Amino acid sequence: MSAETNHFALFGLEPRFAIDLDELTRRYRDLQQAVHPDRYASASDAERRLSMQRSVALNEALQVLRDPLRRARHLLALRGLEWEDEYETRMDPAFLMQQMEWREALGGAREAADPLEVTGRILDEVSAERRRIIARLGELLDGEGAPEEAKGLILQLQFLGKLIQEAEALEAELEEI
Amino acid sequence: MALLQISEPGQSEAPHQHRLAAGIDLGTTNSLVATVRSGVADTLPDAQGRHLLPSVVHYRREGPPLVGWEALERATTHPLDTIASVKRLMGRGVEDLKNLADRLPWEFVDTDSAVPRIRTSAGEVSPVEISAEILKVLRRRAEESLGGELTGVVITVPAYFDDAQRQATKDAARLAGLNVLRLLNEPTAAAVAYGLDRAEEGVIAVYDLGGGTFDISILRLEKGVFHVLSTAGDTALGGDDMDRLIAAWIMEQAGIPDDAGHHQLRRLMRDARAAKEALTGAGEVPLAIELEDGSTWHGTLDRERLNTLIDPLIRKTLSPCRRALRDAGVSAEEIREVVMVGGSTRVPRVREKVGEFFGRPPLVEIDPDKVVAIGAALQADLLAGNRPDGEMLLLDVTPLSLGIETMGGLVEKIIPRNTTIPVARAQEFTTYKDGQTAMTIHVLQGEREMVSDCRSLARFTLRGIPPMVAGAPRIRVTYQVDADGLLSVTAREQTSGVEASIEVKPSYGLEDAEVERMLRESLEHAEEDLEARRLREQQVEADRVLEALDAALAEDGERFLPADEREAVEAARARLAELRDGDDPQAIKRAIEALEAACAGFVERRMNARIQEAMTGHTVDEFE
Repeated sequence: MSAETNHFALFGLEPRFAIDLDELTRRYRDLQQAVHPDRYASASDAERRLSMQRSVALNEALQVLRDPLRRARHLLALRGLEWEDEYETRMDPAFLMQQMEWREALGGAREAADPLEVTGRILDEVSAERRRIIARLGELLDGEGAPEEAKGLILQLQFLGKLIQEAEALEAELEEI
Repeated sequence: MALLQISEPGQSEAPHQHRLAAGIDLGTTNSLVATVRSGVADTLPDAQGRHLLPSVVHYRREGPPLVGWEALERATTHPLDTIASVKRLMGRGVEDLKNLADRLPWEFVDTDSAVPRIRTSAGEVSPVEISAEILKVLRRRAEESLGGELTGVVITVPAYFDDAQRQATKDAARLAGLNVLRLLNEPTAAAVAYGLDRAEEGVIAVYDLGGGTFDISILRLEKGVFHVLSTAGDTALGGDDMDRLIAAWIMEQAGIPDDAGHHQLRRLMRDARAAKEALTGAGEVPLAIELEDGSTWHGTLDRERLNTLIDPLIRKTLSPCRRALRDAGVSAEEIREVVMVGGSTRVPRVREKVGEFFGRPPLVEIDPDKVVAIGAALQADLLAGNRPDGEMLLLDVTPLSLGIETMGGLVEKIIPRNTTIPVARAQEFTTYKDGQTAMTIHVLQGEREMVSDCRSLARFTLRGIPPMVAGAPRIRVTYQVDADGLLSVTAREQTSGVEASIEVKPSYGLEDAEVERMLRESLEHAEEDLEARRLREQQVEADRVLEALDAALAEDGERFLPADEREAVEAARARLAELRDGDDPQAIKRAIEALEAACAGFVERRMNARIQEAMTGHTVDEFE
């Protein structure tokens, strides 16, 4: 993602972390109505190509803005702070400890008396932590700034996102049995 | 390739002529064609009044293949020359078919090519060619019924169809001389048929159990916009499997050996199907099975036994339902309507179990065999431009994740499943050896992490990378999926300014050259030759471009075409109009490209204006 594509501008929205998702979705729909390739089924190739590009850009922008993590990262990019994840290895030790505890609990879920109770509890805890971080991110990004702290929170969110994914996959697997 | 109505030179078309468009449900067991007439969509019958066309093609030594009922009649007597359920083979590679082979009665040709071929009395045929025969019959039926050439068609595919299967479907349409306006997901078409787009808002589930495929789709609709939230399913599960289970039960009861001949197996399948259909109304049905020794076995199948036989199969459909709900992020309670599609949803047990799962009785008012074709016809009518006020917009998603092979046989996902299309995503890769000048890109589809567990769509090599130290080149790989769900992949080396890019088609799709060859073969006995056809295609294309441009100019020429550009556009337009009546397809093609280049600025300004218009309904809280 490069700083010059401003996904907010595409929807005529101010670049803020707090976002009205219903309003975003309405604008997305109206814009897709105007540019979607189906509207250009019998137009010239040039027009169809352009329609495709615009439609792709809208889908991409919606994906970014709808997801708190990607929206936050995009905001930082617009403010000139970008990074490659693989070079970011410094993490808050307390956060890492908490991570390890959750992972261990998840690893032992299968052997537990009620595996679904374990995955459910972990999902509740991780989701609560995730909500707390997102709220804090909103304060930072729409308030005083502190981009480096925001960046740290984004990296934590990425960890939590992966953890939630794994827990959900395990839950789904357990449900199928 | 577009098939517009061409006006003879000197005759001009009425400006707002109704364009003939049709919706086609190319099904595993049966196919249908539907159109909108006087605002009402309905399927079209054949001369005998039958709406369903069995998706069966019978090949003969002499004469053209038989399609439909006539072919079906020969299924028992000529099993090796009569191909049914070809949809199961579409877009499948020879490798994929090894798993299915013991259930398929035909003789597959041993070939080096990735596309399987079946040996028949009329020679070897591919699944694409077989499907094209079915499409040709439907095309003829529509054109005879409507009294003119079709502008375009919407063909439905299971939402779960992967890229190769979609591409194969499009290839078949091309072979049949059809212009595809859009490949539409079957469940979406069904929702359109029920007019659910007129509902205010809500989440609906479409449960589609056909002859050979199962699909579940979760759609959100609001103000004329359908958004496919998620899809799941099984491309090898359907009513045919019910028939097979019933047939197996009969074999067990009647003591018929597993190695019974083709004829006997075919007859059993037919009897099993008849029994299943009879049990939709009746509580039990008598069976009289002809055995190979000439005697007859008598028995009874009741509904309870049928339910026991098919319950595992119905259960197999519910786990994709759960997956789809999870992917859509909704619970079963949030589902407002459940639409039933496919002949197998007539089975009372299926309705009962699905109703139980979603906690409400499903919608069954429209004939579940016709509902998809009807929805496709409505969409075709809209796309052909016959409903300028049409507000309906269908936003689809990718059914499966698309990824690339990375080190260690792992797959890195580039476009995750259930991403709204059209979509383009790029990722950068680099070399791992010093001086490396080539890189192989392996395109995969599927949810698993290992290459060996995913479906290989294509493999190609990017050459001409300038020799650099490992890790220095930047190779940008872009995946693009269009509104039909078709994938193209390009790779480009960025750092040196040296560009190399390549477009791939799926390995199991047909190369353009192959389609060309088939077209040539299919035309051998026809009146027009390939050169004439190519010219005609370009003329049709030229007419389409000219018509689109004239309409655009009439609407917005004053606003968006400044005088200095107007001159160039008019010159290019005049040149194309002149060459269009000539006989050089290449020259027409170049003139089209030149005209489109001249119009680039105009087209861009027009699109921007539409975006502006779309935004005017909203309070603009942009940057202060």
